[in-house]
Amino acid sequence: MAAQQMPSGSPVASEPDADGLRVDGLNAWYGQAQILHGVSLDVGPGEIIALLGRNGAGKTTTLRAIMGLVRRSARQLAFRGADIGPMPPFAIARRGLGYVPEDRRIFTDLTVDENLEAGRQPPRPGAPQWTPERLFELFPNLGRMRGRPGGAMSGGEQQMLAIARTLMGNPYMVLLDEPAEGLAPRLVEDMAAALLTLKREGLSLLVAEQNLNFARLLADRAHVLAGGATHFSGTMAELDADPAVRDALLAV
Amino acid sequence: MSFWIAQFLTGLASAASLFLVASGLSIIFGVTRVVNFAHGAFYMIGAYVAWSLTERLAGAFGWWGGVLLAAAAVAALGALAEILVLRRIYQAPELFQLLATFGLTLIAADLVVMLWGPDELVGRRAPGLTGSIALFDQMIPAWDLFLIVLGPVALGLLWLLFNRTRFGVLVRAATQDREMAAALGVNEKWLFTGVFALGVFLAALAGALQLPRESVNHHMDLRIIVDAFVVVVIGGLGSITGAFIAALLVAQLNAFGILLFPKISLVIIFLVMAAVLAVRPWGLLGRPDVAQRPPAATSARPWRPLGAAGRLAMAALALAAMALPFISGEYLVIAATETLIFAILAVSLHMLLSVAGVASFGHAAFFGLGAYGVALAVKGLGLGMGAALALAPLAGLVGAGLFALAAARLSGVYLAMLTLAFAQILWSIAFQWVEVTGGDNGVLGLWPTGFAAQPAGFYWLTLGVAVLVIGASRVIMFSPFGYGLRGVRDEARRAASIGVRPGLMRWCAFAIAGTGAAVAGALFAFLKGSVFPDTLAIPVSVDSLAMVLLGGVQTTLGPLVGAVAYKALSIWLLSQTQWSKLALGLVILAVVLAFPRGLVGVVNQWRDRWAKRPPGSGEHP
Repeated sequence: MAAQQMPSGSPVASEPDADGLRVDGLNAWYGQAQILHGVSLDVGPGEIIALLGRNGAGKTTTLRAIMGLVRRSARQLAFRGADIGPMPPFAIARRGLGYVPEDRRIFTDLTVDENLEAGRQPPRPGAPQWTPERLFELFPNLGRMRGRPGGAMSGGEQQMLAIARTLMGNPYMVLLDEPAEGLAPRLVEDMAAALLTLKREGLSLLVAEQNLNFARLLADRAHVLAGGATHFSGTMAELDADPAVRDALLAV
Repeated sequence: MSFWIAQFLTGLASAASLFLVASGLSIIFGVTRVVNFAHGAFYMIGAYVAWSLTERLAGAFGWWGGVLLAAAAVAALGALAEILVLRRIYQAPELFQLLATFGLTLIAADLVVMLWGPDELVGRRAPGLTGSIALFDQMIPAWDLFLIVLGPVALGLLWLLFNRTRFGVLVRAATQDREMAAALGVNEKWLFTGVFALGVFLAALAGALQLPRESVNHHMDLRIIVDAFVVVVIGGLGSITGAFIAALLVAQLNAFGILLFPKISLVIIFLVMAAVLAVRPWGLLGRPDVAQRPPAATSARPWRPLGAAGRLAMAALALAAMALPFISGEYLVIAATETLIFAILAVSLHMLLSVAGVASFGHAAFFGLGAYGVALAVKGLGLGMGAALALAPLAGLVGAGLFALAAARLSGVYLAMLTLAFAQILWSIAFQWVEVTGGDNGVLGLWPTGFAAQPAGFYWLTLGVAVLVIGASRVIMFSPFGYGLRGVRDEARRAASIGVRPGLMRWCAFAIAGTGAAVAGALFAFLKGSVFPDTLAIPVSVDSLAMVLLGGVQTTLGPLVGAVAYKALSIWLLSQTQWSKLALGLVILAVVLAFPRGLVGVVNQWRDRWAKRPPGSGEHP
């Protein structure tokens, strides 16, 4: 595949944002195949940023590459001022960057309580702090099935558990991969509401999403990927004002 | 009646230590996916260290303290081995870690003889538990009663550890999905080390607790490891309760088998294992194996047939090999013949392991079938060498064909364990069916005739067969059938969707590999002039695995290079030093650490680097 790189929409800021996530020129590989060709994006503190793009645009790979779960290289890969490029996944998670994968990956043998325990990390100064009780307020369903094994839960319940499990690490920021995928319409709205609650708590979110309408409910800004590279960066309003980008990169 | 009860209680007592060893093995495999062959070695070292400590520490506190201290010290040793060796090679192809732990086993085997001497050591009894108690008119050793209680207590403690502590929750999480656990901030490096140390602690404790029951000797490692494998597989990998139930079952089969069926006592537990796996392919309480990583031989580097230059080089190599008897003495010719025979064996295992992606821990089964096939043909049917050599491989073909039919539902480590069981069944038959096989005395007087009667003649014969087998294996590898095999290896379901039948392909792979191994076994019988049960024993299986892995499981020339390097080295070491196992183990560790892709793999890597391929072309991760 030829590298079809386009300059990123937003110029790289001259002074690095010490509190956010800053990704520039991110490449990633699965085996021999290069999937990402210079993705650039940034997420500021307290922001919800949508990572948009069609199926196969590289959204999931971008999140996995940031977490260090695939082989990658980048000009810049900084989280809260630290270079996370050379770090293994667990060390990145311990810096307060959480990750909720698309397929949820609940520990099906473990109960709800045990899944939360597996995600627990010590409290972090400046990050919202979570206990199981607080999370059950956010996701009341989970509180009613604390002893149930993760494998005996519905898809929607597993999605909530996956988010709650990551929050138990008291992160500053969470990378969320398609949180509304496969949810019933009513639950999609609940999910959006829960994510906005998280934002009010001070959490930053980078949400990979195919559904532009869902993204509009949440996001302050958006980055749009195509062919493994960033093709647009800007506010949601700018995205809506640019039908060319919207139709070329997002329309199904 | 009371005698049976006493026997039953003895079985229960044996089950306790078997359970400790097997649960440790199971825990380690569950989290790290490493089949820890060295587990038996840690059990043995635990017994030796405990012997030394209990000899020196006085009083009741000293004895019990010595046992616990021994287990803790060996656990620290295990942690060290994990940090220094295994931690560096978790990324290597599956089974490579098995090779490393096999290296550790070899080192341990010689080290204990070095430190504690070759003789059996009788340890002191546990203070307060030296006597016997009369139960049902039988005197039951108090120590056995202690062990009977210990088993369930250990099960309960392990259950608490895994269900009521954070460590346990993290271990269970990582067992299921290591990558997700890492993304949640779990440092798998130290989790792995902790789990490995825990597993080794259990093994060493079991070894130490054997002190009052039996003498300590340097054969304890291999004896326990086979039983532990069987227990883990019957119980289900990763299930501690399953290991407990299976340990009870196996210990009772051992206790009563010897009374009820003395002729086939050794076969029974393997037959039971085969029966359990036929009904429940993942053991009693196990669950389907979620493959967490690609199969052993998946490689981003495409295999290519040799070009004109490569073929020329191979032909030149064969010609040069023909000249050997003219320039060297008889000893070297015989050693070279043995090396060639093992090259044939390695190539046949490579067909199974690398081309078809089926791991086998029991390749000795087919090798031994070939060897005993010769014995039967010559002694039973009165055939000559040529006819025997032609017929004996059929024994391997039939054996492999039947085995593959019986094991059709299994895959992965369970299948590998069943191959081990199959080899052990055959070994037991050869060992116990004295009328036909001569038992331990073997079958003697199988000398080659005609031109092959001289070492040089037999060498040329072997060389010719080796060239044929290796050539055939390469033709198969690069034929449409070979592509089918590799398709099934990489993606069985996708292969099935384009009309390749995975079951049939695997059966064919077994049949081919079994025949090839039997060819090697048949030649081996004539080389040695005799056949012993050893040809069916674990060391042959492990040797063949070591050769393939050492050469590079992801390569096509690996088995040849690995066999020559490994066999020549071990023959040479055997002649040079009394501590050949130690030396060989150290060499294996060095190779494993320096070349985690095997010898040929590392050459390929250098070539790639030379050719300056783009950064995306590596096989990592």
